[in-house]
Amino acid sequence: MSDRDGGSGNSGGRGTEDEAALSARLKRLGEELREQRNVAPEKPGPAAGLGSGLTDAFRLAAGFVAGVLVGAGLGWLFDLWLGTSPFGLIVFLLLGFAAGVLNVLREAGRVKPPSIGGPAERVEDDPDD
Amino acid sequence: MELDPIHQFEIYPLIPLRIGSLDLSFTNSALFMVLIVVLTSGFLIYATTRRGLVPSRLQSVAEISYEFIASTLRTSAGHEGMKFFPFVFTTFMFILIANLLGMFPYFFTVTSHIIITATLSLAVMAIVVGYGFKKNGLGFFRLFLPHGIPMWLAPLIVFIEVLSFLSRPLSLSLRLFANILAGHITLKVFAGFVVMLGTAGFLGFLGAALPLAMTIGLTALEFLVAFLQAYVFAILTCLYLNDAIHPGH
Repeated sequence: MSDRDGGSGNSGGRGTEDEAALSARLKRLGEELREQRNVAPEKPGPAAGLGSGLTDAFRLAAGFVAGVLVGAGLGWLFDLWLGTSPFGLIVFLLLGFAAGVLNVLREAGRVKPPSIGGPAERVEDDPDD
Repeated sequence: MELDPIHQFEIYPLIPLRIGSLDLSFTNSALFMVLIVVLTSGFLIYATTRRGLVPSRLQSVAEISYEFIASTLRTSAGHEGMKFFPFVFTTFMFILIANLLGMFPYFFTVTSHIIITATLSLAVMAIVVGYGFKKNGLGFFRLFLPHGIPMWLAPLIVFIEVLSFLSRPLSLSLRLFANILAGHITLKVFAGFVVMLGTAGFLGFLGAALPLAMTIGLTALEFLVAFLQAYVFAILTCLYLNDAIHPGH
């Protein structure tokens, strides 16, 4: 780290330029992300309000738990099959954890669903499909 | 009176039937499933026999439920998704009526058993995978590779996406099952407190008002959950079907 800091200090002009470009890029990304989030939450169920907090909690929790469980299950099967215990379990559990987090983010509307263009766009470009 | 909140979920055979080593008994669970199917189809058939341009009360209930699912399906899976309307509508009605029937005291709640919800969600996943491969061939695998990710990340992302996909049937079934089970157990426990406190002298009788109020509130909440969970199951089915119809272009 200190080496790199020294390097950027030597070529000061380039460093600040880079930093300016970086902060501009960060700002742009932040704005895009904000726009995305403003668009994303579009489905408050018919009965938003009472109980919807509970429903959300169950929804998100189920997504996360399912990810981890599937990871653990696959890892266990993998170990059983190839006799690599416990490494399959470790790796798949971590992957399952990541999948669980992805599920939660997806269900909370923070990450786009897998199909590109979301459902709203799909309806429009249906005719040429 | 002993408090046994799990007793209500017990399955017992009504008509014992054994074929070989298979237990095919007609159980209380099966009875309620038959009841659900009879009620739903009976209601919809009766409501649509005397059709009028100005709908009667029953007819508008049937029309509202149709419109509700049709619009959900259309907005989340596009017009192409409408070919799955019968499936989504049947699933929604089955879960909704199962949840609502379960709200009657002494009735059995079919959706409080994970085997039922798992079967339903596996049916959804089988349709998604089957139709996805039929329509897109091997292109269905593009679902696991989001657009615009760097190549060196691809193997990891594909793994995570596959796991996320595999966890769908589990989370779909867990969600419905856990909601209904937890709701019914809490309801039973609080209702049990009313009886236990009510029989414990004058102060206990007064104190019983608290769990009673809670039970009333929970009953209302459970009706909401019954509807909401059926809706959540239906909308997630629509979203998954959307993946099968349009995997990432």
